[in-house]
Amino acid sequence: MEKLLLKNADVPNINDIDVYMSHGGYLSLDKAFAMGSAEVLDMVKRSGLRGRGGAWFPAGMKWQFCVEVDRFPKYLIANADEGEPGTFKDRPFLEKDPHQLIEGMIVSAYAIGASGGYIYLRGEYPDAYRILNAAIDQAYKKGFLGKNIKGTDFSFDLAVHSGAGAYICGEASALIESLEGKRGQFRVRPPYMATHGAYAKPTVVNNVETLVNVSHIINKGAAWWSGIGSKDSPGTKVFGISGHLNKPGLYELPMGVPLRELIYEHGGGIRGGKNLKAVIPGGVSTSFLTPEHLDVNMDVKSLQEAGSAIGSGATMVLDEDTCIVHIVWRAMAFFAHESCGRCTPCREGTDWMMRTLARIDNGEGTMEDLDILKDVSHTIHNNCFCPLGEGAVMPVLSSLKYFRHEYEEHIKGKGCPKGLRARARH
Amino acid sequence: MVELSKETIQEIETAAAKYPDRNSALMPALWAAQRQFGYLSEEVLEAVALAVGVPKAKAQGIATYHTLYWKKPVGKNVLMLCTNVACTLMGAETMLEHLERKLGIREGGTTPDGKFTLMEVECIGSCGSGPAMVINETFYYELTESKIDEILAKY
Repeated sequence: MEKLLLKNADVPNINDIDVYMSHGGYLSLDKAFAMGSAEVLDMVKRSGLRGRGGAWFPAGMKWQFCVEVDRFPKYLIANADEGEPGTFKDRPFLEKDPHQLIEGMIVSAYAIGASGGYIYLRGEYPDAYRILNAAIDQAYKKGFLGKNIKGTDFSFDLAVHSGAGAYICGEASALIESLEGKRGQFRVRPPYMATHGAYAKPTVVNNVETLVNVSHIINKGAAWWSGIGSKDSPGTKVFGISGHLNKPGLYELPMGVPLRELIYEHGGGIRGGKNLKAVIPGGVSTSFLTPEHLDVNMDVKSLQEAGSAIGSGATMVLDEDTCIVHIVWRAMAFFAHESCGRCTPCREGTDWMMRTLARIDNGEGTMEDLDILKDVSHTIHNNCFCPLGEGAVMPVLSSLKYFRHEYEEHIKGKGCPKGLRARARH
Repeated sequence: MVELSKETIQEIETAAAKYPDRNSALMPALWAAQRQFGYLSEEVLEAVALAVGVPKAKAQGIATYHTLYWKKPVGKNVLMLCTNVACTLMGAETMLEHLERKLGIREGGTTPDGKFTLMEVECIGSCGSGPAMVINETFYYELTESKIDEILAKY
């Protein structure tokens, strides 16, 4: 398949606006302005574009909610805070091809009626901070940003806001809190972001990869775009595949690509000719899959039916020699570190599970600990405001379902058969 | 009380102009202050809070909430090694042990000569090329023990 989003990622100096324009960049602006904002919105709705940050909410519907609110100014925010472990799919847009994001944001803001925009960028990408700012300056100089863009009455200002290392700020309302200078913690809805988002104004928060698709939809049409990928979730997806593969990396493929093809064709198969033990298909907050799931299609519905989720499309591959208990402990150490501390079940539960998992990994666990893990998981599930704790539960429950014998081995054998130890961080 | 430099104050004001509410300048202000002072001491937090126009407790709250704001002095070079799932699958834990041996410090510590601070961090978005680490603002990928030796020699 011909690449759509990553087509120009390796073109030298594509971060320069003139190079970007010589490759067809910024053409969607004229097209969108000629169509009018209502038609742009309609086109995105018809395309079936869904949010690629992990929730897969229909983008057009999200925009519609905001369009319907008759209060101004409105804001459009690009969520560039990818922090779900395993995820590195937005880096090409942030570090190499920034104008593709800016173009997508201008067209999206036009459809929504937003006059202000921010790119909430994770603090771990300092290069992207410089590259995005330079690209925004160039776009201002060309008259693509600022007042009366290309002679229309549409004005849009854009700036980068740098985070400082907090996974939770990738959640839309926490992101907005953080943008406003507060601790990034979840807001209870309603009111929804569409009516009371940034600075209590109507706001849309979209993932970077969602936004970069918009200009392609405008340029090539909704029907063409939705002809790619699967029916329930069309388009291409930048899959970030990592772990024990011969060729890990980013691969832009149609939605619905079979997991087997992703691993064995694009990923080059398992390193050292080993067998596959497990796959985490969408970042650490999605449930484990096993070799019996290899024929699942990588789309929203299929992965849900397989008992997991596509998440951000961050697929981690574990070979036969991997210790599942150790990996689940690692995942839980992450959640315990990143829990914002607001909801008790998540704050206490993730820490408790981390310590329980460490105990098992280090040979000090009991069979009762397995019940504790289940019990704490069910206490977190449905009892927290935001999805962080919900996500933390997934690797625990799914590993207990598929790999309970590994936990039992650790407990009965008083330690990790692979000799690994869970080490407390300072 | 410490004094913010002209450049830091300028950075704070430039940032503030980008938002409809001055409170939004707090994070950019903390970044700017960290660049000037190396880390965010109590005195620095007080100065930042004053410059932005927020209570000190708020500046403190933001500083302690985030991993990348240093709350205590760090070495000349800050080395952040990812030990999250994808990097651990690729051997990050062995790399951590090697770094600790090589630098003679435990994770979280700073070498006696003040040259390196070693931190174990969560995902740095380099999952396809792990194990990975960042020294200051430079990423290093597909680490091995010998590669780490070569990299450290450059600092």
